[in-house]
Amino acid sequence: MNETRHESHTVHLEDYVPVVGAAEMQELHALANRMKARSVQMVNSTSVGGGVAEILSRLVPLLKELGVTVRWDVMTGGNDFFEVTKAFHNALHGAPFEKTAESFDIFLAYNEQNCARLEMDAELTVIHDPQPAALINGRKDRSGHWIWRCHIDLSNPNPTVWNFLEPYVLRYDGTLFSSPSFTHQLPIPQYLFYPSIDPLSEKNRELEPEFIQSVLERFQIDPKRPILTQISRFDRLKDPVGVVQAYKIVKRYFDCQLVLAGGGAADDPEGGKVLDEVREVSAGDPDIFILDLPPWSASEINALQRASTIVIQKSLREGFGLTVTEALWKKKPVVASAVGGIPIQVIHKQTGMLVHSVEGTAYQIRYLLSNPSFASRLGQLGHEHVREQFLITSAISRYLTLFLHSLDQA
Amino acid sequence: MTQAQQPFHFATASYLTCICNQRAARLVELQKGLGECSDASIFYHTFHSLRRHHFLTEGFSDDFAQWIMAACNLAELAEQLAALDLREYANLLDLRNDIRSRIGDYCQAFPERAQQKAFEPFYFSEAIEVSLPLDIEAQTLEEFYQVLEKLSNASFHFHFVTSRLRLHLRSNDFSLWFSTGLGLEDLAQRTNRIDIYTNTLEAARQQLLYLISQEIGP
Repeated sequence: MNETRHESHTVHLEDYVPVVGAAEMQELHALANRMKARSVQMVNSTSVGGGVAEILSRLVPLLKELGVTVRWDVMTGGNDFFEVTKAFHNALHGAPFEKTAESFDIFLAYNEQNCARLEMDAELTVIHDPQPAALINGRKDRSGHWIWRCHIDLSNPNPTVWNFLEPYVLRYDGTLFSSPSFTHQLPIPQYLFYPSIDPLSEKNRELEPEFIQSVLERFQIDPKRPILTQISRFDRLKDPVGVVQAYKIVKRYFDCQLVLAGGGAADDPEGGKVLDEVREVSAGDPDIFILDLPPWSASEINALQRASTIVIQKSLREGFGLTVTEALWKKKPVVASAVGGIPIQVIHKQTGMLVHSVEGTAYQIRYLLSNPSFASRLGQLGHEHVREQFLITSAISRYLTLFLHSLDQA
Repeated sequence: MTQAQQPFHFATASYLTCICNQRAARLVELQKGLGECSDASIFYHTFHSLRRHHFLTEGFSDDFAQWIMAACNLAELAEQLAALDLREYANLLDLRNDIRSRIGDYCQAFPERAQQKAFEPFYFSEAIEVSLPLDIEAQTLEEFYQVLEKLSNASFHFHFVTSRLRLHLRSNDFSLWFSTGLGLEDLAQRTNRIDIYTNTLEAARQQLLYLISQEIGP
């Protein structure tokens, strides 16, 4: 059965007018008008869960509303396929690759099955991430335009896996990467496509002050004292222990609170260990709130971000760092590590503060708490930066521009 | 109300960023790359950078100066490059030559600094432009004012900043129309003097609205 996605959408294009402006929305329509009667297909490997599905579930309905003929297909595979692609994913992030040569056969077999199952006849095809990368085998006589969208950090890939994938990637007409540092020396065009957030989603929409207040009350957080917050999974690469250490330095100067909110501890043994370590270093301090939230807590996370005085993202490694984007959108002053995609978003001293250590994190938090008007200006400019570059409307504009450019090239 | 013989046709541009294979890890490599990169790359790191960061008026608005400051820590050279005013350039060749000349002089004067490894590489990129007519026009200054009030930043940048590369003049689409279409030479000149570096694009647009309102009168 062909698993073409039929997205339900309650948010409409006109709802974005107050957010990005009427003129900007008019320009999206002008771009889309030139795409009338053209067909687009998006393919990824899951319809729910994960950032890619989340983006496509918003992007595809909005493109349709703009009049673009777009179809979203999801490839299918057994557990053996997804075990292999999970290993690929980790290896492309630089981890060792421990699977056997048979893994490559499994990968190719499922791609071949999906080639036979899916109708791949659109004028513009966008394949998302490594899982369906070999669907390029289904391209007929170099017809249409095929683009590979890589959502992951490819800056330091495991060579075994990258050497296997690269010949497939090179058969595409172009690639899309989230940061210049994720690109490679390739003979095909590599376009810069930032990830995006939806300002009208549960995690980012405006909230009633009463709801924010109720969330703080539920977690017994004092709204009258400064709130420092890091939202992220309990993962060593997010350095929650380092955040607690920075907070303890700040606490010598300011009567503040620390909120560490995220998930990942329940179904991830490593996450559970990290959570235990965080609890250990936080023991005895009633002003540290460690919140292991379930996956359906988007509104609560939104409220915690909006209630925060400063948002921290002290990652040791990072992909793009959409939690930073979310905080900037909420006009929060951000103190974040200069890793991964964070420096694209946080322009030091202009849209936030970049740091490289526990001590630096503590110092910049103290500086912002001492200079609230400067902190407020950072938040305002951060919001503008997100409005220009990292909203779903910008993503739509980029895709439409890419499609028009590709068709012009033809 | 003066009617222009030719109406002003509003347009806009959308851009795609293409990351090139060319990179620089040292100032000397940047200098070499500047000699080899495309015009679209020079445009991306100067004119287009101004658009991407239009809401900021502090720091450096061109990517070369920003990288030299942030990744190479060479403040003096960064300031020299940032002082190049894009309004003075009607073509990218002159702009490229001036950037290369300043960096070249610096490399010669401080060869050791030019060889220092930067904190992060410079990624040469290109801007691919898709321009779009907006199906909006103005025949009089009053009509122009009404459109300008609601114009997007992208369209304003297209007509006010990048237009000089299309016109090959040290002017912009608006000034040209005020002058040749409406015969308002003084307004054209005052418009062309609006500072796009110390103003955000929005503030520049507000200044232009003010100049026009002064011209129209009460």
